[in-house]
Amino acid sequence: MTDLATFRAETRAWLEANCPPAMRTWMPEDEQVAGGKRAEWVRPEQKIWLDRMAAKGWTAPAWPKKYGGGGLSSDEALILDEEMQDLGYRAPLRGMGLSMLGPTLLEYGTEEQRQTHIPKIVTGEIRWCQGYSEPGSGSDLASLSTRAVLQGEHFLVNGHKIWTSNAHLSDWIFCLVRTDPTVKKHDGISFLLIDMDDPGVRARPIKLISGQSVFCETFFESVQVPASHLVGQLNKGWTIAKRLLEHERKGIGGIGARGAAKFEIPPETVAKMHVGEVGGRIADPILRDHIAAYSVDAHAFQLTRRRAAEEAESGAPPGPLSAMFKYYATELNKRRYEMLLEGEGFQGLGWDGEGFTGDELRFTREWLRSKANTIEGGTSEIQLNIIAKRVLGLPD
Amino acid sequence: MTLALSEETRMVRDTALEFFRERSPITALRKLRDDNDPDGISRALWRQMAELGWTGFLVSEEHGGSGFGVTGLGQVMEAAGRTLAATPLLSTALLGASLLDLAGTPGQQDEHLPPLMAGDRLFALALEETSRHAPTHVATTAVKSGDGYTLKGAKRFVLDGHIADVLIVVARTGGAAGDRDGISLFLVPGDAAGITRTRTIMVDSRNAALVTLDTVSAVPLGPIGRAADVLDIVLDRARACLAAEMLGSAAETFERTVQYLKDRKQFGVQIGSFQALKHRAAQMFCEVEVTRSAVVAALAALDEHGNDAAALASLAKAKANDTLYLCGNEGVQMHGGIGMTDEHEIGFFLKRARVAQATFGDAAFHRSRYATLMGY
Repeated sequence: MTDLATFRAETRAWLEANCPPAMRTWMPEDEQVAGGKRAEWVRPEQKIWLDRMAAKGWTAPAWPKKYGGGGLSSDEALILDEEMQDLGYRAPLRGMGLSMLGPTLLEYGTEEQRQTHIPKIVTGEIRWCQGYSEPGSGSDLASLSTRAVLQGEHFLVNGHKIWTSNAHLSDWIFCLVRTDPTVKKHDGISFLLIDMDDPGVRARPIKLISGQSVFCETFFESVQVPASHLVGQLNKGWTIAKRLLEHERKGIGGIGARGAAKFEIPPETVAKMHVGEVGGRIADPILRDHIAAYSVDAHAFQLTRRRAAEEAESGAPPGPLSAMFKYYATELNKRRYEMLLEGEGFQGLGWDGEGFTGDELRFTREWLRSKANTIEGGTSEIQLNIIAKRVLGLPD
Repeated sequence: MTLALSEETRMVRDTALEFFRERSPITALRKLRDDNDPDGISRALWRQMAELGWTGFLVSEEHGGSGFGVTGLGQVMEAAGRTLAATPLLSTALLGASLLDLAGTPGQQDEHLPPLMAGDRLFALALEETSRHAPTHVATTAVKSGDGYTLKGAKRFVLDGHIADVLIVVARTGGAAGDRDGISLFLVPGDAAGITRTRTIMVDSRNAALVTLDTVSAVPLGPIGRAADVLDIVLDRARACLAAEMLGSAAETFERTVQYLKDRKQFGVQIGSFQALKHRAAQMFCEVEVTRSAVVAALAALDEHGNDAAALASLAKAKANDTLYLCGNEGVQMHGGIGMTDEHEIGFFLKRARVAQATFGDAAFHRSRYATLMGY
């Protein structure tokens, strides 16, 4: 057996031996584990599973061992991911520490910042949130106005962030702040780490169209932040911000990428359930055609992700494909929920209470939640701008 | 199945790209059209293509072919799609070669495959009878008579039908139109007694013909009454390779259009600086790339005889149809007035798109077939 085949066999055996049975089932949104001091454990197995995986560093499989990561090669990390997908086990930990801040600190952080923050991301001890958008700075992110003034050993921070996901449940926030208002907007931004427990920080949840409150407004009133919490150089935060956005888009672009994720109910199954079938076909030919059109695009996109990965592996020069992933994946995810609701008919219209199954109510809420996919992390329109500029070379 | 092209396949692609760019640019198609060329193709060009071995890609090695397979031929067709080269690749190198290779007797293979591969004998599949692609809607009859069969019926949209030396006719020896059982294939010389061939002048300036069969003697190709299976395999090859050709046309249309957005100035600036056009160009980019993945997957699955080959062939053709439709229309629109002129080449892609979309199944046909194969 090759080394990788051995690794695959051992990995699978370990996962099968260590994953609690309750973590082998479909994961409702409220059972996703994001860690942090305010974590609420719906089931004890969530904590057991997290601790076992974190002990091996497999919550962050490709990060260096000295910071608590798994130290796996990219091939090994891919195998772990494939085995997890194949077994259908739950991700032990998710969150912005893992998907965004960790990779950014590994690239730009000081040794002290890495030692302080990365191990606690791996174990889920600290939960991070993202302070980017402001009420006046959405797609035009670089126009942000939250001020940080260096006063000796501290920055004095004043401002107002919005769409800070789960800020009310988070322990720390990574923030873009304006440290020089006199220069071009991109040249006066810095990247700062702030403890949410610091005096003057306040988070207020925002109720969304889905009824949930995953986003917050976060206020900073004369908050004192140690100067050592600056990541990278003063006024050079925009470069880091863009790099981190790439990590974020990669994460959002992953939605629906696994198409047949083990527990996902496909639109055609829902449609058959509600409108019936004739000779194996969805009884309504127009609905059937709509679903097929969606599925054709979803299938072709899945193949595109695979092709991009294989082309990268084969050593071909990196193509421009990844630029389209966030745009295409999020547009597809919205269509998937439209198809699910179209298939359900009246049963897709429930908000709460009797007359609807749990799945039906969930699909309605998730349908509304999916509308944010093409807004958060850079709107579809911004993504198209990026493709037009960077890939097609069209002029500004 | 791998989706990254092998070194060998990339070489085929590069050779083909250079070949068509140099020997058969769009001016060649324009000339065939304006000269009312009786063949509608260049026989000299076809012999050069045969010399490169492309006519033998779908012929197995025991019959003298090269075994480059559907993936190899797909690369050639994609390159041909970039310059809209009018050639018998589909009718002869794909349909003729595949049907003979998969269904022919050793005698038929010995008789036909060597001249086919040499570029000396052209073939055409006489299949369609209704207003759109319907491979089992065959009403043409074949009745046993003596050693052979007698054919009666009318065929339409027979690609390269008027120049084919040999027609492969789909006819019914049993059952009724719509049935899979009772479909058979027959070989008929193009100039056999009882055949009337009428060339139809098509919007894309490519070859097609009406063929009527009035008591025509024919010999069977493959098992009587059970040709639907081999026809499925061969039509899926044709759909995937045509999707590859359409991908080439879509990519070319897209690239020419992006170039025009950079060249053309209005209001004192390049029109490519307008967001209304940028976004649509970026969307075309996405669709072309997604289509490319579907095409590569379908070609590979057909070569590997994968269980999902039929579904992937329909996936590829459905995507190619939508994408070439998009690029053809956006190409003309973004070129503005100049795009409406015959002198400019962008309109040729729009015309080809309409014909290619209808060939071997439009998008609705393939979405439905894909859904059926996926179990809904």
